[in-house]
Amino acid sequence: MKNLDVKILTKHLDDPTLHTLSGYESHGGYGGLRKALKGGMTPEKVHEEVKAANLRGRGGAGFPAGIKWGFLPKQTEKPVYLVVNADEGEPGTFKDRLIMERNPHSLIEGCLLACWAIKSKTCYIYIRGELFKSYKHVEQAIDEARAKGYIGRNILGSGFDCEIYPHPGAGAYICGEEMALIESLEGKPGQPRNKPPFPAVVGLFGCPTIVNNVETLAYVPWIVENGGQAYADLGCERNGGLKLWGVSGHVKRPGLYELPMGVPMRYLIEECAGGMRGKVPMKGVIPGGSSCPPLLASEIDIALDFESLKQANSMLGTGCLTVFEEGVCTVRLASRIAHFYEHESCGQCTPCREGTGWLHRNIKKLEHGEHLEGGLGLLESICNRILGNTICALGDAAAMPIQGFLQRFGDEWAAHLGAGRCPVEA
Amino acid sequence: MSLAFSENAQRRFDLIVGRYPNLQAALLPVLHLAQAEFGHVSPEVMDFVGHLLGVPPIKVQQVATFYTMYNLAPVGRFHVQVCTNIACYLTGGKEILCHLKQKLAVENKGTTADGVFTLEEVECLAACGTAPAIQVNDPHDPEWPIAYHENQTVASADALIERLRAKAGSNG
Ligand SMILES: Cc1cc2nc3c(=O)[nH]c(=O)nc-3n(C[C@H](O)[C@H](O)[C@H](O)COP(=O)(O)O)c2cc1C
Ligand code: SF4
Ligand code: FES
Repeated sequence: MKNLDVKILTKHLDDPTLHTLSGYESHGGYGGLRKALKGGMTPEKVHEEVKAANLRGRGGAGFPAGIKWGFLPKQTEKPVYLVVNADEGEPGTFKDRLIMERNPHSLIEGCLLACWAIKSKTCYIYIRGELFKSYKHVEQAIDEARAKGYIGRNILGSGFDCEIYPHPGAGAYICGEEMALIESLEGKPGQPRNKPPFPAVVGLFGCPTIVNNVETLAYVPWIVENGGQAYADLGCERNGGLKLWGVSGHVKRPGLYELPMGVPMRYLIEECAGGMRGKVPMKGVIPGGSSCPPLLASEIDIALDFESLKQANSMLGTGCLTVFEEGVCTVRLASRIAHFYEHESCGQCTPCREGTGWLHRNIKKLEHGEHLEGGLGLLESICNRILGNTICALGDAAAMPIQGFLQRFGDEWAAHLGAGRCPVEA
Repeated sequence: MSLAFSENAQRRFDLIVGRYPNLQAALLPVLHLAQAEFGHVSPEVMDFVGHLLGVPPIKVQQVATFYTMYNLAPVGRFHVQVCTNIACYLTGGKEILCHLKQKLAVENKGTTADGVFTLEEVECLAACGTAPAIQVNDPHDPEWPIAYHENQTVASADALIERLRAKAGSNG
């Protein structure tokens, strides 16, 4: 197994001044920026390192950042934008908030390096509206970095100009979807646009745009300082580096743990989070936010990387696990999830708008032991009508976990049919 | 137009609009600013903001109604928001919500008769590692208008309400 003691983003978390410029710099912060701008690393070279790092997007889909940056047009008259997705809202996920509150300069430095690499002069950080402390700390970090000459004109005498602006969201989960986020940044309702064209070609204000997650960008400074290969080597095949893993739910020590990509799920749950909170054994785990199909307790000997989770018919998602113990009714848990997606559907496409409500209504019936016309097959068929038939992936995100619950806990769900009450909870 | 920003808010407005290549892009942050200034986003406030940014009132309305953080009607002094999504559901968020409904004698999204509290069940607050979590908005607190309270129990949530009630009593 890889060295589990290496830390990057959480290495100096015990320093209560880490969120300030002096705190961050006292641990070598902005060394990556200096290396790039003063050490003669061209934008192409920075891009190369990020490609070599096998840095997969930390927003949920796991797309390699270096490859995404390569989708920008080689020549363009238009400005290029970097947009940071700091809308963290996927239920179960709580990692970007830690970076913004406690290590915001790692994000700012990452934004500057990404802008250098993609030849952008303007970056917007779209911060979920509820995350007030995150907004404050990011705004302070930007102000301090500007005062120090890291943001603005002719940064470190290199001729590179770059501005970074924070932008608050206003309460809408769908704005985490990159096209909705762009619409929202333009001052409109957050309704996803059809793809293609992809944002790299037609994004913010009609210009080429890269959208990356907070955590993705926060790892870039280390990559630039230490080299892409060194980062890749910290992780596993095709999944470079470290990641912030979250564990919540019925464990002894819920929280965030920074460990390599590919670390066994069992290690994270049992060694880091201390296993279950009491004597009740584990029943299952939702691996990476509520859109990911659950795994059974018997399935946690799995490597936490994008391919392994996919192979298990689930997804790595955001890497924040929600663990639940025996005695939890999975129909009721799924009902709560279905409620969420019904609530958050933007309503643009019929399969999602109608399907999420239809799913939720029927799962709720099942929760109370009612009979379903068509049995569990009804739920399957609703899922199948949503999957792949919508503008954005929220539709899929609503259907996939339900399919997953049916696959893993089908017997328990069948036992609810017409039982008149929940057969799991007393 | 009868509404106007205070000097402080005007400064903030100027700073915000300078960040974007067009005025409409400033709509979300400016609506936040207006809500903090005027209490809630009334039709009059929408007109005011639309006028400032050169955005037609209908478009301001579309935005103000799409996002949950804009209050279209007055809310209580403290907007208490209890998460009951997966991690909070598993660790007692529902019980906290039930308790507060009873304690405050309101339903979801209801406001107490004295106007001090509005209670609402909300979705994941990105505090799942410290679940269950409660968010409290207090527009009277310019430093921290939105505060998180984490690792809550029924007892601690009860005590939180009492603290807030005392705060409302002391400075109105
Ligand atoms: C419904 C929905 C919600 C999403 N929410 C988020 C989010 O809160 N944060 C995030 O970074 N990505 C979110 N994404 C993924 C983004 O669309 C996008 O893939 C991501 O920001 C790209 O950054 P990355 O490549 O660095 O991961 C969401 C996607 C969907 C379909
Ligand atoms: S899938 Fe749902 S959220 Fe996405 S665009 Fe369609 S209706 Fe909106
Ligand atoms: S589920 Fe309540 S904060 Fe995430």
